[in-house]
Amino acid sequence: MELYRLDISEARRLLDKKEITVKELIDSIYQRVDAVENKVKAFMTIAKDHAYKMADAPQKTINSGRSLSLSGIPIAIKDNMCTKGIRTTCSSKILENFIPPYESTVTSRLKDNGYILIGKTNLDEFAMGSSTENSGFFTTRNPWDLERIPGGSSGGSAAAVAADECIAALGSDTGGSIRQPASLCGVVGLKPTYGRVSRYGLVAFASSLDQIGTITKNVKDSAILMNIISGKDSCDSTSAPVAVPDFTRVLGHEIKGLKIGIPREYFIEGMDKEVETSVRDAIKKLESLGAIPVEISLPHTDYAVATYYVLATSEASSNLARYDGVKYGFRAEGKDLMDMYMNTRAQGFGAEVKRRIILGTYTLSSGYYDAYYKKAQQVRTLIKTDFEEAFKTVDAIVTPTAPTAAFKAGEKADDPLQMYLSDIFTISVNLSGVPGISIPCGFTSNKLPIGLQIIGKHFDEESLFKIAYAYEQSTAWHKRRPNI
Amino acid sequence: MKISVEHIAKLARLSLSEQEKELFSAQLNSIIVYVEKLSELDTKDIEPTSHVLSLNNVVRDDTPRESILRDEALSNAPDHTEKFYRVPKIIE
Repeated sequence: MELYRLDISEARRLLDKKEITVKELIDSIYQRVDAVENKVKAFMTIAKDHAYKMADAPQKTINSGRSLSLSGIPIAIKDNMCTKGIRTTCSSKILENFIPPYESTVTSRLKDNGYILIGKTNLDEFAMGSSTENSGFFTTRNPWDLERIPGGSSGGSAAAVAADECIAALGSDTGGSIRQPASLCGVVGLKPTYGRVSRYGLVAFASSLDQIGTITKNVKDSAILMNIISGKDSCDSTSAPVAVPDFTRVLGHEIKGLKIGIPREYFIEGMDKEVETSVRDAIKKLESLGAIPVEISLPHTDYAVATYYVLATSEASSNLARYDGVKYGFRAEGKDLMDMYMNTRAQGFGAEVKRRIILGTYTLSSGYYDAYYKKAQQVRTLIKTDFEEAFKTVDAIVTPTAPTAAFKAGEKADDPLQMYLSDIFTISVNLSGVPGISIPCGFTSNKLPIGLQIIGKHFDEESLFKIAYAYEQSTAWHKRRPNI
Repeated sequence: MKISVEHIAKLARLSLSEQEKELFSAQLNSIIVYVEKLSELDTKDIEPTSHVLSLNNVVRDDTPRESILRDEALSNAPDHTEKFYRVPKIIE
């Protein structure tokens, strides 16, 4: 067996039994990267020298018999999380040469647990997009079909996990950016509850929606990573003071009697037939495991995309004001300060980022604030209330993750609105702040992965893990690997 | 409705090419038309949600702690002196 195929728990077992060394595992990962990366293009930065330097300490910990859960485990990080001394670009020209002087809380916690940073993965510039086509540098390819996109914005992380270029990865999710690429790449993607994981050191896009989460080969690996990255952080005032359970403890618990809501608004006319069939089959599978499907309604679903694009772009226009060519990042020449600002931002940002900054500036501008921004915040309340009402009668909600399987590069690139609609099933989860996980639930006739989304109550990731694990263990979708 | 992209871009400190102005103007108009569907909903008396957690005024003790060193903070600046960021002339 090739070591790069391992998941976290199997790698842990072999490392602890001294059957393999940390160096051998890293060797295997980089051999795999050398073999497939020119096709997949998952990484912005491959941190090879740094990775080998990181290897000694966890190997010593393992040799001493006191290994931690991630001692020696090679992990990829989306390139919008700051890694001290390692270039962090957000896949934007404006941060092309940015070397963070500090470490994000999530990577610092992974470090304390002995992880090995394999590299920084490609994304849509500033996490704005659903395909990685908005990256300021290149488009990542879907390992299942290289003509297709991996989804986005965490497309690099999802593709790297699917192509076995790392054992696991972190992503971030503002409107579906972990779950949609996980679905399109046939891996497991978790967006935790808003506030569950610190965002300190995550480059901000839309602060009331952004959340860091995991992209892994299976459900258990997600639980293992969540045990480490979750919890209150004094550096992020929006991280919640809520106790963190051992998420692996619920794996294997039976799901008999759990009520699973099936929202009728998520099974719409025009949705891909193969996606619908796979998701309906998955619901039957959950029923055969003892869960009770209940039809529910989330009546404001149809307004989620519009609400999201007002709120996310408004917040983005404010967050991205900091890129002014003064403190860090790219600077263009200009005859005076104003001219320098205008040119720096014109040359540093790509088209989608500019589009969103303009839309957000418009919706926040004098005279339009009430009509757009405030209105969207009010509709957000209605969407959030839909979920609160639903969770009075069900334990979790099951939907497709994305309306279609992976689309071809270029297919939606010229039509921003069509691209926005590919997040139609994931966006409400961010607006409500609840957790959601995407797990593989089938393949199309073109052999493209299909994802099942499970949505839970605030801070109830445990139910997601329990249901996702029960489903995963009774199916074999997660064991399939792309032929690359 | 027609959005004056030029004015908005100036507010956002973005200079746009003629081509961008035309493209963004068309695209933004179609996005705004789509977003207009929010006005179908009656939101009178609905509280706006700015944040999904009920966290307010998170404070810490006012005690000094380590921060990034000046040299580190300046290390990514496009232009700086020993102690300061340097920018193009502001006052004539």
